[in-house]
Amino acid sequence: MSAAATAGRFDNHWNYAEEVEVLTFDLNGETFALEAVIVQEILDLLPETAVPGSQPFVASVINFRGKVIPLADLRLAFGMEAAEATIDSRFIVIEIDLQGEPTLVGLRTDKVNEVTTLAQTASEAPPSVGMRWRADYINCLVKRGGEFIILPNLQAIFSSRHDAAGAVN
Amino acid sequence: MSTLDPVAVFRMEAAECLEAIEAGLLDLTHDLDNKDLVDAVFRGLHTLKGSGAMFGFEALAAFTHHCETAFDRVRKGEVAATSELVAAVLSAQDHMRALVDQPDADHGDNGNTLLAQLQAAVGGKTAAAAPAVLGVPAAVRESPAKKKNNWRIRFSLPANSMANGTNPLGLLDELRDLGECTVRADTSAIPPLDEFTPTELYIFWDVTLISEQDRSAIDDVFIFVLDDMEISVEEIDGAAGAIPAPAEAKPLSATAATASPAPVPAPAVPEFRPVEAVPAKREAPAASQAKAAENVRVPAERLDELMDRVGELVIAQSRLSQLASASADIALRSVSEEIERLSGELRDTMMVLRMVPVATLFSRFRRLVHDLARETGKVIELVTEGETTEVDKTVIERLADPLVHLVRNSIDHGLEAPAERLAAGKSEAGTVTLSARQAGGEVIISIKDDGRGIDRERVRAKAESSGLIHPGQPLSDSELLQLIFAPGFSTAAAITNLSGRGVGMDVVKKTVEALRGAIDIVSVPGQGSEVSLRIPLTLAIIDGLLVRVGSGRYVIPLSAVEECLELSLEEDLRSRGRSFISLRDSLVPFLRLRDLFRTGTKPDVHQKVVVISTGTERVGLVVDQIIGDHQTVIKSMSKLHNDVATFSGATILGDGSVALILDVGHLVAAGQQQEAQLRVAG
Repeated sequence: MSAAATAGRFDNHWNYAEEVEVLTFDLNGETFALEAVIVQEILDLLPETAVPGSQPFVASVINFRGKVIPLADLRLAFGMEAAEATIDSRFIVIEIDLQGEPTLVGLRTDKVNEVTTLAQTASEAPPSVGMRWRADYINCLVKRGGEFIILPNLQAIFSSRHDAAGAVN
Repeated sequence: MSTLDPVAVFRMEAAECLEAIEAGLLDLTHDLDNKDLVDAVFRGLHTLKGSGAMFGFEALAAFTHHCETAFDRVRKGEVAATSELVAAVLSAQDHMRALVDQPDADHGDNGNTLLAQLQAAVGGKTAAAAPAVLGVPAAVRESPAKKKNNWRIRFSLPANSMANGTNPLGLLDELRDLGECTVRADTSAIPPLDEFTPTELYIFWDVTLISEQDRSAIDDVFIFVLDDMEISVEEIDGAAGAIPAPAEAKPLSATAATASPAPVPAPAVPEFRPVEAVPAKREAPAASQAKAAENVRVPAERLDELMDRVGELVIAQSRLSQLASASADIALRSVSEEIERLSGELRDTMMVLRMVPVATLFSRFRRLVHDLARETGKVIELVTEGETTEVDKTVIERLADPLVHLVRNSIDHGLEAPAERLAAGKSEAGTVTLSARQAGGEVIISIKDDGRGIDRERVRAKAESSGLIHPGQPLSDSELLQLIFAPGFSTAAAITNLSGRGVGMDVVKKTVEALRGAIDIVSVPGQGSEVSLRIPLTLAIIDGLLVRVGSGRYVIPLSAVEECLELSLEEDLRSRGRSFISLRDSLVPFLRLRDLFRTGTKPDVHQKVVVISTGTERVGLVVDQIIGDHQTVIKSMSKLHNDVATFSGATILGDGSVALILDVGHLVAAGQQQEAQLRVAG
């Protein structure tokens, strides 16, 4: 539960930890990272069931060990193009706190990379200009080897799901 | 899975105890002279006090003690049971409930106020006399200084009483609390070791007690075992009391008795006991044990877990039967059929496990009605019907608050004041009827009153003034009545103590809909109203009709399905202009799920119409294919899909994929809306 409660709250996390363990994955050529403790499982693709009338951001559900859980596509939150699954595509199942209840959610990814450690010293707040993503959807950017790893703010993304669908221009 | 916290167990027991006390008190209000009821209430208070002190709820024990004392005096005939006393103890009982829930919270002067009331009700003596007793039951009774009596008490408990949980040591301790006590155990009946049964009680006791207490204090000690035991109590003079131990006492038993009358036989080696040595004696305890085990308290979460497992089993079984039916292996098929039967039975048993009679729900309303009658000055009779109807426990819990609101509404808005009733040619007493009955896969719970009925004009005026409808907008009667479920809607002319306590009719409606139920209202001006809640029997597993729309599969709850028919090509083509079919001379609007779900696929050549109904309304759903019936384990959808009202949940099919369960009520509403739009469009 405590894992879920801290999900997407990296800023707080940095306060008392110098570094944090994350799982990194790719979406549309960008590298994202999720706090490792919230990750429940990495799954091969499963049959999906579309939920007519739902937000495109969470357009389907999957069967995760006998539970029906929503499948979210962060691409749409970040205004990226939806893409076909590839041979490397996986679902990451995470547990996050939604309105006070721990909730399992599947996330689509193009490729799951590795579990690694990110240091607070390398993190930067999202820049106010020069970025086409909604700033409040990003907790911070971490520079590593000349690239940036995006730490999404899952709380913000999932709680503002109504406008998440129609990304930012 | 959690182990049971003893305090939680106490709370559960205390809640039951309080309920019993309340029921007794309410019965007593109608029948003040009933000795049995007085005894029952006293016993309840006594138990609560005792176990409260045992579990460290000292404030509760101390407070309850006063009420018990008051009832003790009634029991002994010192004071008469009056309605003031009953009312005082009823209020006191709420305080006890608070003390059970929050023993450490500051309850202010509430307790003292209540005790003052209690004191007034029994004529002053009770509360003042025993102010300092904290959690020490039976130790100090408030009886004024009396001459010391010498009592000789001989008692024997039934042989099986230890198996029933009676602890003779506890009884002896209670006797010791009454005064100076000498205990002698009679061990003459203890059999030789090879005939000895460790669980049985062979010892009798002979007690001499020097006490200020009178006979009834001694009876109180044995109050819970009195029915089964043999006891003689005689008053003896001082000299006889001083020489307690009769000569025949064996040395062994004498020491055992004075030191500690422990169940001496316990350490005997039970393994050596030949089973056949005690043929007749075994029967009695076995029978009484069976009785005691009739009810088992199980935490709801464990049942839920079990339910989940059974749900998974049902899913796995349906996968197995799919595989088996595709296989030519006879043995596999027969095993699959066997497992199908077993899992079906297991499912049915599981469902019954969760069912509890609505009596548990209805009983709470007696108190509510009692209080409301006092508050409003109305004379109210509560009638309950169909209390044995069983409903899923979760459903019962969730229905409690909405029902409270509906009953309040009936009494506050529905029933007239006695004078008004008499003027209208009705009896002075208004009747509120709570009834439950089963109809197919649903339970119908209705709240009926014989009051003034819903004032349509006022509903309309209110709805118009709050902008819910346009002035003069034509509405059917049922549409008009449904307006009272709109958020923030209240027709109470003045806000009274009863209304406006946070639960509105909109919340009632939401709760019922969350249970996949529906609400109907019937109201006849001047004759009363009836609100019926139609609730599915269980929340966990339903029978469903599996259909295919485009490439997706959906489940329609079978209880709502009326019939299935083919959508003729002719109707299909004509439906450009109108979307309804003629079914035995009545018009049934239909919805094309393919359009509704935007599947983007071409319709099948032979589309089917599944006609569903919720009570009076019928709507056809056009699907591509009907796959068949399907036992559906309902899985709820996550909060991320809260906004999708079309589906009430999801289920997992035999192949492991997910199918969504259609929310029939919502679809019918959508169908009506569509129909209405067509009507407007002409």
